[in-house]
Amino acid sequence: MKTVFVTVGTTRFDELIESVTSSEVAQVLKARGYERLVLQVGNGSFVPDAASCAYLSVQAYRFKESIAEDMKQADLVISHAGAGSCLEALGAGRPLLVVVNDKLMDNHQLELARQLHMDHHLLYCTCSTLTETLKNMDLSVLQPFPPGRPEHFANFLDKALGVK
Amino acid sequence: MLVEELLAAVGWTQQASLTDAASLPVCLLCVSVGGHTTEIMRLMESLSAAYTPRHYVIADTDKMSEDKIVAFEKDRSPFTINRIPRSREVHQSWSSSVVSTLNALRYSLPLLFRLRPDMVLCNGPGTCVPLCIAGLLLGILGMKKVHIVYVESICRVQTLSLTGRILYLLSDYFFVQWCSLRDKYPKAIFLGRLV
Repeated sequence: MKTVFVTVGTTRFDELIESVTSSEVAQVLKARGYERLVLQVGNGSFVPDAASCAYLSVQAYRFKESIAEDMKQADLVISHAGAGSCLEALGAGRPLLVVVNDKLMDNHQLELARQLHMDHHLLYCTCSTLTETLKNMDLSVLQPFPPGRPEHFANFLDKALGVK
Repeated sequence: MLVEELLAAVGWTQQASLTDAASLPVCLLCVSVGGHTTEIMRLMESLSAAYTPRHYVIADTDKMSEDKIVAFEKDRSPFTINRIPRSREVHQSWSSSVVSTLNALRYSLPLLFRLRPDMVLCNGPGTCVPLCIAGLLLGILGMKKVHIVYVESICRVQTLSLTGRILYLLSDYFFVQWCSLRDKYPKAIFLGRLV
């Protein structure tokens, strides 16, 4: 079953959860071949139940020890702009759509999401443009996100400190 | 005579330089909850076994990092976990941050004096400022050269964190992970994305 995984990390983002379970968005997802919606709602004010969406099968929870499994099984990840969530989705090689919470005060976390979008690693929208973005999105333009290279750091330090 | 006695009382001894083949780099690592911890663990994975022992320093309010560290270092390297009061909570005011940082310094100084690390490695939590200041003091007093190594978080693309802005001035090696920051901060070292 083609699955969409929605995550808000350790924050709350009620507007996203409401939008993504709305019939408008659900119909678009269904039309694009998605059948299952898994929602990690964090500290949100409500946890949608299985009946909350007529078009898709819904599963929702607040937190898990690790969301790695849900990430791995997702065909599409919809996430808030948190760095941890973005990096985890990209690290799992999943197509990623970041929804920016424009109600939050200017948040330095947006710097990373913006840069990753400019580098074509993820798609980017707000709750109000979510439906349109999902309708028109082309996931094939997304570039794979290569892992960081901590060994460059280690080699530099070894030379600088004279470590054999 | 009196000076020597005083120095002996506070445990002052000559320390071998790092380039002495017999000594291994003793590290002091500052970790904090969440993304900072994940990033520093990834950096630690790449460091050779020569960097030992490892002394982790965490804020006294941090419950989650200890488990992560223990799981990571098991069977890897001798390590200790040390706690100091947190320097600053997110959104804490300037004036109370100065007070809480000074309080953390009260714990950092004896810790650094006791451990005498060759290197302090940190990546952003406010907890690291008093540790780095204590490390610098060790050098100023002629007790030990402590290399201050700071790696700014991958989240910082255009602007430095507050800790980054402070440690840009105090550190020996300051790493950024995006070239836009290297352009703004010429002293920074850019080797691409590290984590």
